[in-house]
Amino acid sequence: MNFKINRQESLESFDVPFESSTLLKALYHIKNNQDNTLTFSSNCRSGVCGTCAVRVNGKEVLACAYTLQEGDLVEPLAYHEVQRDLKVNKQKVRETLRTSTAWLQSSQEATISEQQVALTEKQSDCILCDSCYSSCPVLEVNPSFIGPFALTRAYRYTADPREGDIQAIIDNIQTNGIWDCTLCGNCTEVCPQGIDPKMDITMLRGTASQFGYTDPNFQAMDFGFGGF
Amino acid sequence: MLDILIIGSGGAGLSAALSAKQNNSTVLVVGKSYPTASQTSMAQGGMNAALGNVTPDTIQAHIDDTIKSAHSLCNVTMVKNLCEDAPKSIEWLEKLGVPFDRTEKSQVAQRQLGGASSKRACYAQDYTGLKILHTLYDNCLKEGIEMKEEYFLLNLIIEEKSVLGAIFLNVVTGEVEEIRANKTILATGGYGGLYKNFTTNSEGATGDGIAAVLRAGGSLSDMEFVQFHPTALKGSATLISESARGEGGYLVNSKEERFVDELLPRDVVARAIAEQIVKGEEVFLDIRHLGEEKLLKLMPQEVHLCRLHEGIDPVHELIPIKPVAHYSMGGIDVNENLEVTGLKNCYAVGECSNAKVHGANRLGGNSLLEIVSLGRRVGGDCHRTNENIETNANSNQLESDQEYIEGLFEEYPWERNFYQIQDELGEKFYKYAGIVRDNTELNNLLNELRVIKADIDNMGIGDKEKENNTNLVDFLQFQNLLEIGEVVLDAALVRDESRGAHFKSAFPNEDDKLYKAHSLFWIEENVLQNKLVKVVN
Repeated sequence: MNFKINRQESLESFDVPFESSTLLKALYHIKNNQDNTLTFSSNCRSGVCGTCAVRVNGKEVLACAYTLQEGDLVEPLAYHEVQRDLKVNKQKVRETLRTSTAWLQSSQEATISEQQVALTEKQSDCILCDSCYSSCPVLEVNPSFIGPFALTRAYRYTADPREGDIQAIIDNIQTNGIWDCTLCGNCTEVCPQGIDPKMDITMLRGTASQFGYTDPNFQAMDFGFGGF
Repeated sequence: MLDILIIGSGGAGLSAALSAKQNNSTVLVVGKSYPTASQTSMAQGGMNAALGNVTPDTIQAHIDDTIKSAHSLCNVTMVKNLCEDAPKSIEWLEKLGVPFDRTEKSQVAQRQLGGASSKRACYAQDYTGLKILHTLYDNCLKEGIEMKEEYFLLNLIIEEKSVLGAIFLNVVTGEVEEIRANKTILATGGYGGLYKNFTTNSEGATGDGIAAVLRAGGSLSDMEFVQFHPTALKGSATLISESARGEGGYLVNSKEERFVDELLPRDVVARAIAEQIVKGEEVFLDIRHLGEEKLLKLMPQEVHLCRLHEGIDPVHELIPIKPVAHYSMGGIDVNENLEVTGLKNCYAVGECSNAKVHGANRLGGNSLLEIVSLGRRVGGDCHRTNENIETNANSNQLESDQEYIEGLFEEYPWERNFYQIQDELGEKFYKYAGIVRDNTELNNLLNELRVIKADIDNMGIGDKEKENNTNLVDFLQFQNLLEIGEVVLDAALVRDESRGAHFKSAFPNEDDKLYKAHSLFWIEENVLQNKLVKVVN
């Protein structure tokens, strides 16, 4: 099977002797037998460590969970500093978690029901692979946008009955946060864990309105009538 | 100077960091990958604590089950402390925000795992380790704990048997760096990588901390005890959690006949499967009768992995499986305070350590408990036992490691491909140092391993770029595995009996007179030494 890898300086073509293979297996085959310099990240091989996300034909996938197709083009994640070949720096993107303060602000005693756990079961399946971030078109125009995974994580804590200070999180995701999202749904489409950040951001907007926040974009619109 | 350097950023390292921070210690967590990429993310089934939320349970029953599974090789005091602390550790995680599943009465839900006399494992679907790890990580961010990613441990800095920190390869820049601290905690994970392609473990389970301790003159113990998980997918060696059997899954052979009680301890079940395979049978996990709704609710990850890696739908089809290396019971030898034997100011916790809580066979659900409970403990305790440290130490470890790494870029001819050798070695370890062992085969493999070690100068790295050189990291990991592999084989040879996960066909019984003892290994004057230390409980 033949496929291409964008190695920044060049687009290189590789042949691997498999009829069917995960992308990760093919990458290892190349590194171990053909070209030791091919650089990529991976760890668990089973879709839970979040390390091996790349783009194939423009769409984010986990290399360990994607079945390679003839002629595929493999590239590193977008909106990340490319360190080498498919290996990217996730350090800067992780800073969005600090910005969104996605943790229990003030942990309180609470009775949690089965249903309440189910409410954020998906959100807490996040493996921090950064696929959603790479797929997000807002980052093209606003590199400071907190991005999908950090907002989903913020939502997961606001919806936790143990959270004693929901407003603190809501306050922290106003600037470059929930209102900057265009609700395009790219993130939802690429998430390997089936998480729906678009819906989570919508939910956060609802919570924010309970604390008196409104959509700043809406205020800025005048619909040609000279504003409200 | 930094109070505590924690090497390894999985569940044990992060638990230790949070607890150290709570005790007002300055702390730095250093890991070779990103914290959320660690092995802990792969733990599925649950974390044991005798809460009795679902079926009646007592701490004593948890202690008894653990001791029974350990086959006399545990430290009863350590086990007792661990089981007593379990409910407190769950409470601690609850406060941090771990989203454990709940019962109808809104209590933490608990499930059955093998070898347990009650439904004892607290879980979050089959993502228990993932959700614990990510919640710990979120809390480390909240507490402003400094974390350095992509720092690969090269060696400990040693002055007169005292550990003063460690030397790392900064993988991104390619520079060799020194980090000094009053106390060093190793939380670097196990050595399942020895069984490459025949292990559920991640690529990074290469025992880097264990090898570093061995080189530094510290001791390792019980390295022959490697747990084989009965159910990994046949093709990819991907783990299918024990909860699949706990929830009522069957093991069947090609004739669709059951051949073993699926909930017996892992070593017994793994051997029963190996026996079937030797007889020419294929072995399958059958969870079809549980029904689609239940499967998707309780083990969505398993269903997904079966579809991806084996191309089968476990709702309607049998899952082809094989037993593979899963957990390292042996590791860095530590005392009851988790201090490394033979070294000062150095601690080890989690899978890299042998805290003697698992003995010859670990119970499912006890490893997440160990990393959280003992991680918390060591992070809080180690600073209290401060010894005077020579600050004007003149160790030349940094220079010597710099020289070594530079040498790899220049001198090594790369005549032999170490990746291929590593693959071959992985298969041989599985066959000859795996579920059933034989002295002749172990000896042959040991000789072969020594030949490979002697030939290391003909291997090396093909990639000569300084920055982001993963080929270099792979090679360093391979060398760690060679060092550890030798100890595993030696230890397996010494123990002429069968106990827990260590089974020799020629010696099928436990021999308490000779071997109710921990095997201890260390290097003295460049020679690997060993002795058996009798267990007194």
